[in-house]
Amino acid sequence: MSLTVENLTVYYQTLKGVVQALEDATFSLDDGEIMGLAGESGCGKTTLGTSLIQLSGRMRYIKGKLALDGQELPIWDNTAMNDFRYKKVSLIPQYAMSAMNPTRKIGMLTRELIEAKKVDFNQVLPELKRRLELVELPEKVLNMYPIELSGGMKQRMVMVLSTLLNPSLLIADEITSALDVSTQKAVMEMLGEFRDRKYVKSMMIITHDISVLYQIADSIMVMYAGQLSEKAAAETIIREPRHPYTKMLIAALPKIGVRYSEQVLSGIPGKPPLLLDPPAGCRFRERCPAAFGKCLQAPPFKEVQKDHFVACWKEFERHA
Amino acid sequence: MKRYFTRKVLIYLLTFFIAVTIDWMIPRFMPGDPVLNMLAKAGSVHAEAQEVMYGYLTTAFGLDLPIWQQYFNFWKALFHGDLGVSVLQFPRPVADVIKSAIPYDLLLLIPSIVLSWIAGNKFGAFAARSKKLDNTILPVGYILTATPYMWLGILLGWVFAIILKIFPISGAFSYALKPAFTWTFIKSVLQHWFLPFASLFIVQFGGWAIGMRNMIIYELEADYAHYLEALGAPKRLIRKYAYNNALLPQLSGLALKLGVIVAGAMSTEIVFSYPGIGYLILMAIQNSDYFLLQGCFLFIIIGVLLANFIIDIVFILVDPRTRLGMQGGS
Repeated sequence: MSLTVENLTVYYQTLKGVVQALEDATFSLDDGEIMGLAGESGCGKTTLGTSLIQLSGRMRYIKGKLALDGQELPIWDNTAMNDFRYKKVSLIPQYAMSAMNPTRKIGMLTRELIEAKKVDFNQVLPELKRRLELVELPEKVLNMYPIELSGGMKQRMVMVLSTLLNPSLLIADEITSALDVSTQKAVMEMLGEFRDRKYVKSMMIITHDISVLYQIADSIMVMYAGQLSEKAAAETIIREPRHPYTKMLIAALPKIGVRYSEQVLSGIPGKPPLLLDPPAGCRFRERCPAAFGKCLQAPPFKEVQKDHFVACWKEFERHA
Repeated sequence: MKRYFTRKVLIYLLTFFIAVTIDWMIPRFMPGDPVLNMLAKAGSVHAEAQEVMYGYLTTAFGLDLPIWQQYFNFWKALFHGDLGVSVLQFPRPVADVIKSAIPYDLLLLIPSIVLSWIAGNKFGAFAARSKKLDNTILPVGYILTATPYMWLGILLGWVFAIILKIFPISGAFSYALKPAFTWTFIKSVLQHWFLPFASLFIVQFGGWAIGMRNMIIYELEADYAHYLEALGAPKRLIRKYAYNNALLPQLSGLALKLGVIVAGAMSTEIVFSYPGIGYLILMAIQNSDYFLLQGCFLFIIIGVLLANFIIDIVFILVDPRTRLGMQGGS
C-alpha cells in the first residue's frame, strides 16, 4: 500500500460559513497504481488532491488519518509536512503554465529549488538531462526563461521538475485541461512512462475528463459533492459502474456511432447541493432515481467486490 | 536590440525637441518685459538714456527679431552650447550660472532618490511579512507619500532649525565661509544639506515602502509562489523571488515619478533657500529672466530624459521578459 487515507475530512472556512468540501474520504492506493480522480467542478477532487500535500489558507483539517509508505503523513502540521513535500509527495499544479518564476532561468530555478531541499544539484543534473530527453525537451531549456517555452513545453518541464526527486506519490491536478486533445494523450502517456520507470511510485490524476483517464489510469475514483461515490478498476468503472451517479455520468459521455443531432445527449437532471450546508445522508439523493428511505443516512464506502468500492445503500442490498 | 534602441533614441529625441520648444515658449508668453525690468533695476532716471538703453538691450538679447527667428536662433545657439546671458546676474552667461547650481542639485537629488528607493523597498518588503508591522506602517506610509514636499520641508525646518536649533535653516553652507576644500566647509555643507535631503527622502520613502509592500503581497499570491510552497521550498527562497520580481514595477515606477521628484526638489530648495536649480528658477521667474529660466528648464529636461533612459537600460538588464520581447522585434 503506497497511500492509505482514512476518514479524511477537510472543510473550507469562508465568510459565509463552513464549506464541507470533503467528507469522510477513505481509500488506498497501491504501489505503482495510477488512480484517476473524477467528478464535476466543485465536487472536492482538487480539495482531496491538494490536502494530501498542502492545506491552503482557508482549508481546515477536521479529521482523518493518512499514511504514505507506512509513515504517517502529518498534513495538519504545515512545518512537519515540509519534510515530505517534493521528496515524498509532489504536485503538478493546475496552473503548470505559470508555475515557474518568470524572471529566473529554468536551470537556475531548478537548482535553487533542489538545493533548498538540501539535495546536491550536480548529482541530480545527469538524471534531469535524461528526463528532459524523455519528455522531448532539448537540454538548452535549462538556459531559457519560462516565457520562451510554449504551453506544452512548460507543462512537460513542470512534470520533470515536480518528479525530479522520485516522490512516492504524485498528484497531477487538471494537467490536461488546457491542452489540445493530441497533446493530452502525449502528456498522459508520459505520466505512464514516469510510473513505469519508477520515477514516481503511485499517482493521482485529478480531472473531470473520464475519457482522458481511461487511456492511462489503472483505477478511477468518482466523487460527488464532497463524498466518494465509487472506486474500481478503470475498465470496470466504464463498463460496469455500480453507483447510480457513476452510471449516469458514464451514460452521459458521447458514444461513437451515435448522431447527437438525432438523439439528444443525455445528462443528469438537477444540480449538486451547495456544500455550505449540505443535506444529511447521501448527497446524490435528490438527483438519484433509485433513492429510498435509507439514503437519509450517509452510506459508507464499502468494498462490494474485490477492489470495487461503492457508497450506495442500494448496491449494498444487492450484495447482501 | 538595435531596433529597440533606435526607436527609443528617436522617441527621446522627439520628446526633447517638444520639451525644448515648450521651454522656449513659456518665458516668452509670460507677462512682463525683462529689459524694462533690468532698466528699472539700473535705476536710471534720464528718459532719453533709458530709451537708448532699451533699444541697445533689446538688440543685444535679440528680442527685436521676429518670433520665428528668435526660435531659430535659440536652437542655433543651443547647439553651440550658448544658453544666452542671464538678465538677473548680468553679464554672466546662463550656462555658467547653472553650472554653479548643479552640484547642489545633484547632491540633493541623487542621494535622496537612490537611498529612499533602496530603503523604501527593503522596508516595504519587511513590512509585508508581519501583520502587526503592516497595520502600523501602512497608514504612516500613506500619510508620508501624500505629504507635499515643501510642507514637510517647512515642518522639519521649523522643528529642527527654529525650535531645536540643531540644523541651519537656509543656504548651502554657512554665510561666514567661502567654498574651500576644508573640513569646516564640508561639515557646514553637510549640515545645511541634511534638512532638505531629509524632507525629500522621507516623502519618497513612504511611497516606495507602500508600493513594495503591495507588490510583495501580490507576488506572494502568484502561481509560482504557490507552487514553491506546495513543494515545501523554504520561505526565504519564495520571499527572495517575490522581492526580485516586485523590484521591476518599482523600477518603472521610479522612471514615472522622476519628474515629480525633481519638481518636489524645486520646492524644497525654495523652502530652504538651497542654491540649486529650483531656487534659481524662482529667482528667474521673479526677475523675468528668460534665458536663465530656459536654461534651468533645459537642465531639468535633459536630466529627466537621461535618467529615464538609464532606467530603460537597467530594465533591459534585469528583466528577461523585456529583453526577450525585443528579440521578437515588437
